[in-house]
Amino acid sequence: MSELVVKVHNLSRSFGKTKALDCIDFQASRGKVYGLVGANGAGKTTLIKHLLGLLRAKSGSVRIFGEDPVKQPERVLKHIGYLSEDRDIPDWMSINELMRYTSAYHGGWDPSYADELLDTFSLDPTKKIKALSRGMRAQVALICAVAHRPDLLILDEPSSGLDTVVRNDILNAVVRTISEDGRTVIFSSHLLEEVERLSDHVTMIHQGRVTLDSSLEMINKNHHYSSIRFSERQHALPKLEDAVSISGEGRFWSVIHQGSVDSFGSTLQNIGGVIVESRHATLEEVFVYKIGREDLRDHTQITEGSE
Amino acid sequence: MNITINTKDGVPIYRQIANQIRYMVASKLLKPGEEITAVRTLALALNVTPNTVVKAYDELESSGVIFKRRGAGTYISDQQSPLADRERRRIIEARIDTLLAEAHQLDFNADDLLDLIRERQLQLGETKQIENKGTEKTDE
Repeated sequence: MSELVVKVHNLSRSFGKTKALDCIDFQASRGKVYGLVGANGAGKTTLIKHLLGLLRAKSGSVRIFGEDPVKQPERVLKHIGYLSEDRDIPDWMSINELMRYTSAYHGGWDPSYADELLDTFSLDPTKKIKALSRGMRAQVALICAVAHRPDLLILDEPSSGLDTVVRNDILNAVVRTISEDGRTVIFSSHLLEEVERLSDHVTMIHQGRVTLDSSLEMINKNHHYSSIRFSERQHALPKLEDAVSISGEGRFWSVIHQGSVDSFGSTLQNIGGVIVESRHATLEEVFVYKIGREDLRDHTQITEGSE
Repeated sequence: MNITINTKDGVPIYRQIANQIRYMVASKLLKPGEEITAVRTLALALNVTPNTVVKAYDELESSGVIFKRRGAGTYISDQQSPLADRERRRIIEARIDTLLAEAHQLDFNADDLLDLIRERQLQLGETKQIENKGTEKTDE
């Protein structure tokens, strides 16, 4: 059952001279959770805006449930729940008014589910949005995104800037959404621990390109972190097959590598090293090597969504 | 079920769940025939995607640790003994491997280790006896 909910093909987008998206291919099948990870300005929000039809594909194509979200917004958007990074909900409304307003354009709005969530979050529906704390605002925006029980839920940095309690509430509501059969979730996050918990599939975007697109299981299986030891001090290690990141000094080094531990062990034997200990690499370790440290230094910030 | 997830050591989450349930079965914290937490409930409790819990349960089911009753929950299998034995062995072997590796680093060989284990066991036994005597005395 590989029913495609999202199909992005060869999507490119530039803002001025900056390439925000560069030949992106991305697919999401029904019933799975997709984590989008990447540094700030990598292109995650720009990709999400294309999925929602907020940006028109200049080259390449975007299909949601087989439709073009720019040409058929009403047919696409009624199946989507969206939580934006800046939780842009109208300040002047009360929570109650916002709920009524949102329910009016979502056919499948479930008032009892909305009430239940208001209750869980202990929100007072008579309160004005502008009087809410940051966490409460995120909770209200989340209710608006999930109470019509969308087939596709898109969350842009759902837990950024939130304390642990609210973050937990939000993640819980996401898990609830996924638990209902056949719902698909796409969320972007820079919290890799969260991505590791929630996603079935991880798509890493770096400078507008997809650098890794794989199920979490495969990422885990294919990357190892090994501590290695030499009998003599080494000034530097030679280029090792499969090794993607090397650190250490003297006799003790650690290496993140692909492929099996056994094959890496025999590569190592040729240069007089032995593996002391090996484990699967964490998503964070894989992320750091894929994205590279140089990027954190050179921080080319793309103002996403602005043209 | 008390399950904790750690995303720092690179062990896939579904495997962490499966291993902890295996451990609970081997140590008889979970008994044959006992119902285990439903997928959705466990996913919500751990804040992980339900697909991960499904994967853990599938793995446990195919190795015979648990079985599913259609629409009526998931249970610990009855014929646990051979499996539990194997599992107990697997757990203790993993500990022994760590001990051996550490002993090797510190220059103890396997015979030294065996002697040390016996010695420690005797010492622990003595402490226990002293403790027991202590309690007997206070009882009097």
